[in-house]
Amino acid sequence: MSATTSVTEATAAVTLSGVSKVYGKGGAVVRALDELSLTVAPGEFTCLIGASGCGKSTLLSLVAGLERPTTGALQVGGRVALMFQEAGLFPWLTAAGNVELSLRRLSRAERGRRAAELLDVVQLGGFADKRPHELSGGMRQRVSLARALAQDADVLLMDEPFGALDAMTRDVMHDELDWIAAERGLTVLFVTHNVREAVRLGDRVVVLSSRPGRVLADIPVGVERPRRIDSAPVAQAAAEITDLLREEMRRHGGR
Amino acid sequence: MAEGSSQRGAGVATTATALAGLDVLDLPPEARASGQRQVLAVAWRVVWPKALAVIIALAAWELISVSGWKKLIFPAPGDTLSNLWGQLQTGLLWHAIGTTLYRAVLGFALALLVGVVIGALVSRVRPLRAAIGSLITGLQTMPSIAWFPFAIILFGLTTQSILFVVVLAAWSSIANGLIAGSDLISPLLLKNAHMMGLRGISLYCRVILPALLPAFVAGLKQAWAFAWHSLMAGELLVLIANQPSVGVLLSTDQDQSDLVSATAIIIVILAIGIIVDMVFGVAERGIRRRRGLA
Repeated sequence: MSATTSVTEATAAVTLSGVSKVYGKGGAVVRALDELSLTVAPGEFTCLIGASGCGKSTLLSLVAGLERPTTGALQVGGRVALMFQEAGLFPWLTAAGNVELSLRRLSRAERGRRAAELLDVVQLGGFADKRPHELSGGMRQRVSLARALAQDADVLLMDEPFGALDAMTRDVMHDELDWIAAERGLTVLFVTHNVREAVRLGDRVVVLSSRPGRVLADIPVGVERPRRIDSAPVAQAAAEITDLLREEMRRHGGR
Repeated sequence: MAEGSSQRGAGVATTATALAGLDVLDLPPEARASGQRQVLAVAWRVVWPKALAVIIALAAWELISVSGWKKLIFPAPGDTLSNLWGQLQTGLLWHAIGTTLYRAVLGFALALLVGVVIGALVSRVRPLRAAIGSLITGLQTMPSIAWFPFAIILFGLTTQSILFVVVLAAWSSIANGLIAGSDLISPLLLKNAHMMGLRGISLYCRVILPALLPAFVAGLKQAWAFAWHSLMAGELLVLIANQPSVGVLLSTDQDQSDLVSATAIIIVILAIGIIVDMVFGVAERGIRRRRGLA
């Protein structure tokens, strides 16, 4: 699956055209996103990267429908699920209960069966009855992924989902996510501040500028799959993007 | 749609094994199976400090008694306990306990209703909160006994008077527990609930109520203390003929200067208060443990 950046808007999974988001009023205005345009094709894995304050999380909130753009047009084709850096599981429910809460449209028996299936997908079949506090951070994040998958979403939004995990767990999660996204043909918008992670996962890496957030660069990732985060091609592609980000930070520092 | 690791390629199988290995390393070792001996050990750990406290209190009481202070009227522990035992054999004390507990449960249930409705409204409706949010906290500092003249003039010397004050004393703690609990719900949980399509009633029942349960139970526990205080005050102030209650028994003992019986009744009041408080405590700890907070 190589980069397909030239999609017509009609077939795109996510289209932002000239989207701006302004927080606050009067003197204390923060322009989080400025005239940002971005088109994501169905089944495409897009990584969003940028320095602090580039409005990465704002962008996801807009696509998720948690917030509305101040100006501009936003189109999302299909259902959307959102995953955060922290799992945000409901602590009074078991792992299975958390997943089932996303399956309310199904009958009770069907719900249980489907939740068990989804926990199997994230390799947590044996932990259905555990409560969140009995699981490790990585396991909680996998329950959170199962819960997002349960929403039967076409578009999966991920806001630094592996940022709080140790390197070993994160590597395995990358393999896992790679497989699940390809298997289900998910469109993924993945926010990270880790350039290597972006190159490891993305069909394409979109670099955002800081304050206000704009698309600074849109880079297709040509590295063959399966990829390893410590392989030479990934490292090389990451180095190029890192240079770009350094340049952007220098620009802000000089001001 | 059959989904399982069997369909995945060799690379993915390795992933699965690696994940399973990580999971095992990440989790604490399973707690040792608790046999009967361990249950006894736990029970002993809980019981002995309490038993020791009771023994020390009884010893101190006995000491005061043998020292001869207020010799003629101060009750000795032995006399008091045998008086209590004697009263427990009669129907009167049990009848009185029944009446008092009935009032406690009814008053608490009414306070629960009022507290939940007002608490839910105030926590969800911003202008209402600005209007009466601080009033609810203010009401908690109001000594409930001050309401009795008001209640007695309004309802006379009736059960309604007592219940009126019990409800007034207890509802604000319940409402406050609800409000404080809903303020502490993590925005992350609410965002996730929103993404999962939970809205309105189902959002309230499936996410907001369970999320605020620990604070709510803490509010209930405090409300019980307030209800019990005001119920005792009420039963001493509002004496209703032919309706023996714990308060009436205590009042009668006062009239007859029977300090031994009065002390026995005080022990009963203390015991009921402690037992109910323990029930709330068990519920609270259970909820906290289920969520990994204890």
